[in-house]
Amino acid sequence: MGHQSYEDSVKLVTKTILLLGAITLFEVFFALLGKGYISDSVHFPLWVVGGVMIALSLVKAYYIVYEFMHMKYEVPGMVKSVVLPTLLLVWAIIAFFWEGSDWKKRRSLIDDKNTGRYEQQVPQGFLILDNQTKKI
Amino acid sequence: MATDTLEHTDVSHDQGSDWSGGNEPFKASYGKLMMWYFLLSDAFTFSGFLIAYGALRFSMPSWPIPDKVFSSIPGGIHGKPLYFVTFMTFVLLFSSFTMVRAVQEGHRENKSGVIKWMLLTVIGGLGFLSCQAWEWTTLIAKEHASVTTNPFGTHTESGVYLDAKGNPSDEVFNPDDSYLIHKISNDAHGAHDAHGDSHADDHGHDAHDDGHGHASYAGPGDYPDAFVDERGYIHRKYKILNSDTREAGIIAHEEFGPKAFGALFFFITGFHGFHVFSGVVFLLIILLNVWTGLYVERKNGYEMVEKIGLYWHFVDLVWIFVFLVFYLL
Repeated sequence: MGHQSYEDSVKLVTKTILLLGAITLFEVFFALLGKGYISDSVHFPLWVVGGVMIALSLVKAYYIVYEFMHMKYEVPGMVKSVVLPTLLLVWAIIAFFWEGSDWKKRRSLIDDKNTGRYEQQVPQGFLILDNQTKKI
Repeated sequence: MATDTLEHTDVSHDQGSDWSGGNEPFKASYGKLMMWYFLLSDAFTFSGFLIAYGALRFSMPSWPIPDKVFSSIPGGIHGKPLYFVTFMTFVLLFSSFTMVRAVQEGHRENKSGVIKWMLLTVIGGLGFLSCQAWEWTTLIAKEHASVTTNPFGTHTESGVYLDAKGNPSDEVFNPDDSYLIHKISNDAHGAHDAHGDSHADDHGHDAHDDGHGHASYAGPGDYPDAFVDERGYIHRKYKILNSDTREAGIIAHEEFGPKAFGALFFFITGFHGFHVFSGVVFLLIILLNVWTGLYVERKNGYEMVEKIGLYWHFVDLVWIFVFLVFYLL
């Protein structure tokens, strides 16, 4: 830290806050546009809107941590000790979202069975007798 | 080796003796490093909550559409998705900026500068909290959402609402259209109040127009066009036109949205709001210390201001993701 003069660092954070504000405005504009609030004829697929939002939020997070919180100017070992553990979250997100959509599948399966809409798949050459699958 | 250590302690004596080993690991003071590790653990806490939100959202066939839920602006304006939260985001971002400025003034030992920018940061924090208080009030008092009741629903089938006589009206809806389950007014007049805000909760919910009066529901019970439950929530009835799970022609009524929504929203934004609140308290304490000249004596470039600064930016950082998860996606 303290590599730059006072004037330079003031200029840098001013630039950073303007950039963060601009990104936020763009995010909101893009979300409204993509979901069809600005023009009825424009609609983006959900994954495009979502992807852009997530990417831009990560950019904002980078600037807050690296400029405002001064992470850019800390020694590499310290940066790693804070940033690397957050990578564990990548797996947490994948695992729990996977789990979440599986709950949905289970729930609708149970719902289907309860309402009698479920038709059991019987492998070829088998048939169901007294609720048990038997080979013919 | 021994002389080495001695020399070093001499040099860094005025840095304080927190790290009595002489060398500062990572060239950062004990306090700052520990603040970083606290923030790391706090990041995991918040991630846990947000991931829980995501998992539960993925597990539901429908989820309240944020643009419909959060679309009010103070002054009785409705149907403006994202406007108010964007304003809140800007308030918090700006307070982050004023915080960095306070830290920079601290580095050059400018006491009055630190006071000025810290005061602005406190004002920003209080402004954010006020906005959040307004948002919660709208949700709880006007739209009757609570931790366990979620009146924001989304249709999964297409249908047509029934009119007061129980015949299909011309109000048709499609899957993914959202609705708000209103509540009969339980004020002294009994009937639904007629003044300005009474239809405020309409705010763009496709299902309701101003002509649809609620005065006809005297209390809980079964009406031709709605089912009013014991708590006074009005579940409008409709005839199914097309559905994956039910037969067309059946009369159904609006159900509450996923129950977890209220708990997740109030708990996560509340936990974040509590962070902002404690941040404001700590900012005020440190501001008082700056003002009395405590940090002038320490001659360490107002390191305490830097530490509360780290915390304050973190609160801003968390909001970026709360904003993303609850409002943008």
